[in-house]
Amino acid sequence: MKKTFGGPSIFLDRNDINTDEIIPAKYLTEVTKDALKPFCLEDLKLEGFDPNGSKLKKARVIVTRQNFGCGSSREHAPWVLEVNEIHTVIAESYARIFRQNMFNCGMLAIELPKDQIDSLFKLEQSSKEGVEIEIHLEEQVIVASNEMSKERFNFKISPFDKALVEAGGWVEYADARY
Amino acid sequence: MGQTTAEKIFSSHLRDEPFPGTKVLDLDRVLCHEITTPVAIADLEWRGKDRVFDNTKIKAVIDHVTPAKDSKTALQAKILRDWAHRHEIKDFFDVGRNGVCHALFPEKGYIRPGFTAIMGDSHTCTHGAFGAFAAGVGTTDLEVGILKGVCAFREPKTIRVNLVGQLATGVFAKDVILYVIGELGVNGATDRVIEFHGPVVERMSMDARMTLCNMAIEAGGTCGICQPDMVTVEYLWPFIQADYQDKAAALADFQKWTADEDAEYDKVLNFDVTGLEPQVTYGYKPDCVKPVKDMTGTKVDQVYIGTCTNGRIEDLRQAADILKGHLIADTVRGIVSPATPKIFQQALQEGIIQIFMDSGFCVTNPTCGACLGMSNGVLAEGEVCASTSNRNFNGRMGKGGMVHLMSPATAAATAITGVITDARTLSA
Repeated sequence: MKKTFGGPSIFLDRNDINTDEIIPAKYLTEVTKDALKPFCLEDLKLEGFDPNGSKLKKARVIVTRQNFGCGSSREHAPWVLEVNEIHTVIAESYARIFRQNMFNCGMLAIELPKDQIDSLFKLEQSSKEGVEIEIHLEEQVIVASNEMSKERFNFKISPFDKALVEAGGWVEYADARY
Repeated sequence: MGQTTAEKIFSSHLRDEPFPGTKVLDLDRVLCHEITTPVAIADLEWRGKDRVFDNTKIKAVIDHVTPAKDSKTALQAKILRDWAHRHEIKDFFDVGRNGVCHALFPEKGYIRPGFTAIMGDSHTCTHGAFGAFAAGVGTTDLEVGILKGVCAFREPKTIRVNLVGQLATGVFAKDVILYVIGELGVNGATDRVIEFHGPVVERMSMDARMTLCNMAIEAGGTCGICQPDMVTVEYLWPFIQADYQDKAAALADFQKWTADEDAEYDKVLNFDVTGLEPQVTYGYKPDCVKPVKDMTGTKVDQVYIGTCTNGRIEDLRQAADILKGHLIADTVRGIVSPATPKIFQQALQEGIIQIFMDSGFCVTNPTCGACLGMSNGVLAEGEVCASTSNRNFNGRMGKGGMVHLMSPATAAATAITGVITDARTLSA
């Protein structure tokens, strides 16, 4: 089933946030996605970030820097985002397996160049209530707004990744085709 | 224009190219363990598609937490076990016959030059040591692999790493790969294959080549690949002798996967390993690498020898060479996990297990163990572990714990002194 994208955002200002920080290995003993829900980003050490805070609870989009999701192949990382209704990550770059896992789950791992990620962070820094992000998948446009201003960014995802999102994931896509 | 090894494998396994640049490959191996496979199995059942594409190409093992430590891990093992039995997956390895996947599957001869393999485990890149394309994937890719025998990739570019010169005594493949990762950075090889070349690799055993390829993912690499040669043939010979007239014929066949002289690389890096010192990580990223001499004296609470990086027989021999005749420091908990039952038995026969036990090490069954803080050997807050594994992420071995990655020789020397130590500085 195709997912919904966009909403309130949380900004994680660091490179190389790894899968162990997104979901620690000790929770990999769970056999359902829902059981992961309370442990999202539990081991992430970042100034001002609280894994139990309302900001993360409300967030539907993560904005971050380079190489997000590096490390383990565990799909538990996208799953813990999925069950917390975070279906979109916007970053400068990703680790390959994490990026593929996101699209395989029918979720969005959007890449933007550094200057545009910087602009998003500026928008966040100048806001009180945070940044609201709209995703227009057809047009491949992001609209980010705070209380004062609104900015538009074009993004590109590969036709294959787009097809996976449209299909609702890789299992659906592959099952129909192979 | 010539082709890299990965390009040759991609061309020969191409099932579909749904969009330019997206290659759907036929898989020779779909490898499974009990952490990432159960959710795929449950999803297939939920979809009413509890089938497997080919039960001879699927191999499965319980290795991360084994024997089960609690009800949850017992359930994970049971889901995998029941599934393997249900689909008559003959090559399924349970307690007593199981070991760390990336040591066990190569040892069984399942990986051959030119093969494609996926597993729901990032260190699947290890199998590239045989001249194969082997990639870690998530559970959804694994699920499709199990059901359809295919996986989609962006055709990776290749970074060629030429290793020249002569490794000094006491410096090993682990030191080389730590150094290379330090140079590449943790995302230096993202969407890239790392192809290892040069006389240093040619002189390496398969055990050492697997150590090299195992950590390709720590630079973001999709796969590490070594060129198949007579060392590869010798390792695989017990499994392939019925297929070839002689070893020369096997070699000739394997070498069709060798990268062409005029292959195009994204980047070519040359490292002269002469003068390379033993390496160790600091901090929480595997590219934070220093010579051991710059970390000497750092106190550790635990030393862990084993894992898919360094739990093979050569690794245990290297550690035992250092440990022989020594006791480990009173302040250190030493843990060794031979990676497979075969390695364990060989270590017993060679007296290596005796050396470990005499020195004060705890010897565990073959398992992933302390490496990822899921089963035994978990660190307490503020504790430090010297480890032969591949990841030093914050909390990796237990919340608030610190991990320093190093070779088995450095780990053994560190166990003896209780502080990070260059094994070459120990007096016999």
